[in-house]
Amino acid sequence: MANGSSSEAFVEFERVQKSYDGEKLVVKDLNLSLPKGEFLTMLGPSGSGKTTCLMMLAGFETATHGEIRLDGKSINNIPPHKRGIGMVFQNYALFPHMTVGENLSFPLEVRKLGKSEREKKIARALDMVQMGEFKNRRPTQLSGGQQQRIALARALVFEPELVLMDEPLGALDKQLRETLQFEITELAHRLGITVVYVTHDQTEALTMSDRVAVFDDGRIQQLAPPDELYEKPQNSFVAQFIGENNTLDGVVEEIGPNSCLVRLDDGELIDALPVNVTDVGQRTRVSIRPERVESNIERLHPDAHTLPAVVQEFIYMGDTFRTRLKVAGHDDFVMKTRNAPDQPRLKPGQEIRIGWLPEDCRALDP
Amino acid sequence: MTDSATTPPRQPMAALPGGEVTEGGPMLAADGRPLKHSLNRALRREKLRAFLLVSPLLIFILVAFVAPIADMLFRSVENQIVSETLPRTVLALREDENLPEAAPGEPVYEALYTDLFIAAEYKTHTRLGSRLNYESTGLSSLFRGTGRDVGRFDTDIYTDQFIEAEPALEDPVAWSNWMADDDIRAALPQTADVWDAWVKLTVEANEDDPLEEDVEDFVYAALYRDLASGAAPAGFPDVDVSGFETVSIKALFEESDEDWVDPEVWQVIETYSPAYTDGYFLNSVDMMNGPDGGAEWRPEDEQIYLKLFWRTMWMSLAITVSCIVLGYPIAYLLSTLPLRSANVLMILVLLPFWTSLLVRTSAWKVLLQQQGVINDTLVWIGLVSDTNRLTLINNATGTMIAMTHILLPFMILPLYSVMKTIPPSYMRAAKSMGANDWTAFWRVFFPLSIPGIGAGSILAFILSIGYYITPEIVGGTSGVFISNRIAYHISSSLNWGLAAALGSILLALVLTLYWLYDRIVGIDNVKLGG
Repeated sequence: MANGSSSEAFVEFERVQKSYDGEKLVVKDLNLSLPKGEFLTMLGPSGSGKTTCLMMLAGFETATHGEIRLDGKSINNIPPHKRGIGMVFQNYALFPHMTVGENLSFPLEVRKLGKSEREKKIARALDMVQMGEFKNRRPTQLSGGQQQRIALARALVFEPELVLMDEPLGALDKQLRETLQFEITELAHRLGITVVYVTHDQTEALTMSDRVAVFDDGRIQQLAPPDELYEKPQNSFVAQFIGENNTLDGVVEEIGPNSCLVRLDDGELIDALPVNVTDVGQRTRVSIRPERVESNIERLHPDAHTLPAVVQEFIYMGDTFRTRLKVAGHDDFVMKTRNAPDQPRLKPGQEIRIGWLPEDCRALDP
Repeated sequence: MTDSATTPPRQPMAALPGGEVTEGGPMLAADGRPLKHSLNRALRREKLRAFLLVSPLLIFILVAFVAPIADMLFRSVENQIVSETLPRTVLALREDENLPEAAPGEPVYEALYTDLFIAAEYKTHTRLGSRLNYESTGLSSLFRGTGRDVGRFDTDIYTDQFIEAEPALEDPVAWSNWMADDDIRAALPQTADVWDAWVKLTVEANEDDPLEEDVEDFVYAALYRDLASGAAPAGFPDVDVSGFETVSIKALFEESDEDWVDPEVWQVIETYSPAYTDGYFLNSVDMMNGPDGGAEWRPEDEQIYLKLFWRTMWMSLAITVSCIVLGYPIAYLLSTLPLRSANVLMILVLLPFWTSLLVRTSAWKVLLQQQGVINDTLVWIGLVSDTNRLTLINNATGTMIAMTHILLPFMILPLYSVMKTIPPSYMRAAKSMGANDWTAFWRVFFPLSIPGIGAGSILAFILSIGYYITPEIVGGTSGVFISNRIAYHISSSLNWGLAAALGSILLALVLTLYWLYDRIVGIDNVKLGG
């Protein structure tokens, strides 16, 4: 589960709970701490509590229980405007009755900065997002991507140490999203700011973050760097939520420290890495990434267990082949292979055998 | 981070659509015709369909709304009643040179005699009297009285003398033959004109056959005037009128009512003899046409309309402002509440809409009167002494309170619908940037809600400026609006011309304000919903 607090923590959630109606907890026992300068993404399906956490951090929602600390000080009773946290919203939230310059000037004016200093900071913030010449435009005259850059500049112009982003790229098209993903991470690292970023797009989470917190059902299911999250999911929710995934159900037959044998429901035996299983006879759900499935079983260890499979469909995708197989009674088992010269192009109906390295097949909770 | 990485490659955010370039001349469609033409043709069917769909309503509005309004507006300048009822008199007045110092000469009275005789038969003289009474009191009874007398004027001496001189002149059939002769008609112009009028009168008003009736005295009087001026047409009996006994018609009128020789009375008739008049409009702004023909102020004690217009304006403004003050917080609350509770509250706001206006206004009467609920409560609490109860009704205060209550929904609804479109994230963004609640409201929420204030204000102000029922019931004398005066002239004094002029001014005022508003705030900024 979530890692404990450290003395270096900049933002800290401790045993935080949140309920809106007094009957159901939206956030259940949240513990999270992140050091200064980290880019942390809260990822999860809608209703998983990730936005609520962000809003509690920003001060727009109050925690029902627990403590939220910023730079060592509890901020539970500090109103949002005194927290000094920058925020970027999904719908940009640029004030339509002000020009871009006036929008950026707003946080500086409420901080009672002098005019010349304001001008300097606005110019710097606009240059930072390459929108220098748009100072006198109205937000409605800008495209979605331009608006979000302005919103970003506005959240950064008063130099907050912590910036919260609530699905800031959700309303943009794919290409623009990718450009901005790069720009935002680059900017965050260059300025050394701490970012808490909320999204339901797993690609966005994987490409941008230092660490990702996967939310489901009001809890953090796994908090880990992107590669670990993808390759070593801690439970079946994370395994299924992040990337594409094949699952097979069975019972643990033999267990060792680094490998175990699982008997699938149709009687076949497979190798797996025990993650959430401890005892023989436990039910488990094993998870294998499509690209880790090997159809050329000569490449595997001679003792490796293999499974019979029937090709259902073969899709040519350019750089990869995507093969849908019928394995152990399931006909939605996917195998992804690189388009290499030695890679056979399978035909529907063809019978093959598949296998994998034990560490690529993770035996998780059922 | 390396230097090169700190400046990521610039990428245009969105490609601007390139301008359409045409090489002079209009765009052509595929068939070589101008594109505009083809487009119009393609859209014609659509347009026709749209027109047919709206046409029932359009016709209804034209017939039931636009036409009556146009007719009413026309009445504010229309004044044909004088020239239609007294056509000969109006013509004779133009020739007369005695006015304005003295009463006009005999020919005017001769013409008036004929006109009034005919008008009395048609009974239109009383209407004319009422109309001229608006301009000068007393004219109504003058016309009514003389209308009764004019049939008994002693002009029969001409009749008797003519019949004595030539018995054939008594025969209406002979008359009708003579009057069919163009030469005779040309020689006896007044007689011919009066004869035609008599024939028309006999047929239309009395439904008799002129060939069997006695010819009226005024025809002989006209014949005398024609013959006395030297006419001697061939084919007409040659009567020597030089020895005839005469009678002064002016004296007869003076005998009936001496006001007839008052130059001021004639001044009024002459002033209002043209077919169109600015009199109603001058009256609407407390002015009138003076004796010298120019506009002048009415006497101080007759001035009322400017005061009423001014009162209508400032009270409507005050009502609008109090609607904003009371409605804004409610609309704000409604827009921030969850939908379910907002809907319940909205029903409370709309409840007055579903109650009869009269019931609501009467309820205010019960609440506000001196022995009413509010005064009783204040006396009971001890805030007001029993001998010194507040006057809350039958004055401007009463109108303000009741009207504010009635117009409040018209302010709340547009405000609410505009506030509903302001995303809560704006306020959150402002707060996250360090603005406290008030600054966030004042700098962000309030400016964005101004279109709602504008729409609500226009609605409340325009409705209130023309409101009638409520001021009538709770306004007393010091709380009535110009519309109450208009209603009075429509239904009680029947001075429709003045009512129309007052209405036109009110309409112009509203349109001017609307135009000013458009110039200052911009009508595009007004949102009634969405």
